[in-house]
Amino acid sequence: MTASGRKIGGTLLKVDNISLSFGGVRALNDVSFDIKAHEIRAIIGPNGAGKSSMLNVINGFYHPQQGTITFKDIARTDIGPYDAASRGIARTFQNIALFRGMSTLDNIMTGRLLKMKRNLFWQALYFGPARREEMEHRAVVERIIDFLEIQSIRKVPVGRLPYGLQKRVELGRALAMEPDLLLLDEPMAGMNVEEKEDMCRFILDVNDEFGTTIALIEHDMGVVMDISDRVVVLDYGRKIADGTPDEVRGNQAVIDAYLGVSH
Amino acid sequence: MGFFFEVLFGGFLAGVLYALVALGFVLIFKASGVFNFAQGAMVLFAALSLVRLMEWMPIPIAMLASVAIMIVFALVVERLVLRPLVNQEGIILFMATIGVSYFIDGFGQTVWGSDVYKLDVGLPNEPVIILESLFEGGILVNQFDLVAAVIAGLLVTVLAIFFQKTRIGRALRAVADDHQAAQSVGIPLRDIWVIVWSTSGIVALVAGIVWGSALGVQFSISLVALKALPVLILGGFTSVPGAIVGGLIIGAGEKLAEVYIGPTFGGGIENWFAYMLALLFLLVRPQGLFGERIIERV
Repeated sequence: MTASGRKIGGTLLKVDNISLSFGGVRALNDVSFDIKAHEIRAIIGPNGAGKSSMLNVINGFYHPQQGTITFKDIARTDIGPYDAASRGIARTFQNIALFRGMSTLDNIMTGRLLKMKRNLFWQALYFGPARREEMEHRAVVERIIDFLEIQSIRKVPVGRLPYGLQKRVELGRALAMEPDLLLLDEPMAGMNVEEKEDMCRFILDVNDEFGTTIALIEHDMGVVMDISDRVVVLDYGRKIADGTPDEVRGNQAVIDAYLGVSH
Repeated sequence: MGFFFEVLFGGFLAGVLYALVALGFVLIFKASGVFNFAQGAMVLFAALSLVRLMEWMPIPIAMLASVAIMIVFALVVERLVLRPLVNQEGIILFMATIGVSYFIDGFGQTVWGSDVYKLDVGLPNEPVIILESLFEGGILVNQFDLVAAVIAGLLVTVLAIFFQKTRIGRALRAVADDHQAAQSVGIPLRDIWVIVWSTSGIVALVAGIVWGSALGVQFSISLVALKALPVLILGGFTSVPGAIVGGLIIGAGEKLAEVYIGPTFGGGIENWFAYMLALLFLLVRPQGLFGERIIERV
């Protein structure tokens, strides 16, 4: 899978000693790992291990009590979702978070908002440069729609779409941001085999064609072992393993975490 | 026939005034999914600010100053009320706007006084007779109502374009649908809220000018907000054009009802007819004429 001329680069994102708690609950406990440019990095672990919390920390929804996040060589403790998005981090959600009343096209167009720079005045008038700009962004979005093979649902309000397609639209919206780092929170949850295969193909193609770095949370171990370059395993908010799929598969701590062990 | 049209026309013009208030509600509802209970109080506050500032300065400057006050108000609301409540349920934000409403009712009257003030910004106020060639005797209307209708028409056109065509419009709709998703694509929630509340503050000012000129600036104009409710139910909470059409139907409906079926009930039905109409409407088409269909997959 990692063939096809794709080169893993230097470190794109590094999280160091992240601790996050909600009241008395420790969601993350001193977690450190890195994500290299152009790789597909999986984050796995049993339910409640802190995987989603980790993504929320990376894209600025949660503010960790401790630790630093280094993205593109700039270290920060506390970032907001706006900073994260404008510096090139896009994401999808475990429970699909789309703009339900809007069409597929409009949903994906929202991903371009940060790229649109014309000022308010022209925007309000909607002619001249603003109109031309809108057209350019529209062209990008149409390419994404082609790429994801969702031409037929361009004008359909997303609330009406089946689950698998909604997931695809959500991926499209994230792609429209042309992110450097794409966070996918269970992109294949609740899908049937065909839908999973499609989604796998899209993830690999995105990684391959655009060189986008991808961090994904996924429960389907077959998928994880198949598509990811490296895997980090969390359990009860701690990191228990980190390495290639093969290394992780044979790791005793991981096996115990998944199968349970008598103490 | 001329009489029918005169009543109808009078109703339309009254409806335009309802629509002006309804517009403010629609704006905030579209952009945050919140029913802003404070809209009526904002109308009063804006009108009070203007009428008192006019004692000190020329009308155009007083208007600009009032706009500035409504923008500052938007900034304060965002900082103190909305920001701490981000990602909360709509109902919680709604409760917060009730608090805002009581606060500015009191604050406005403390700062600006609670008397009845006469507002005169130079809107014409003479009855004219129009369409004389069509009907015998023509139709008697008030110039003031015509001007109000033109203002409302302009406002709606501008807002409709703003919402449908610009990237800000798309960002607003995105924020209304899902705060988290909007943040994840980099929409600055705070800026959006300030823009929306400022805009609806300015709409409140326009409504305040029109209503204040008609009734005088006094506490009771904050209650005209109540008449906006049936308008919203008819037009749909999310539609700018809907607010106008809803306003026209309610305005014309209640006037015609008063004149033609009022006597059967002993008169005075103008006061409750709008609510009755809204109630019936809820049974048939709860999303309103132009509102977005609520789609729920189970």
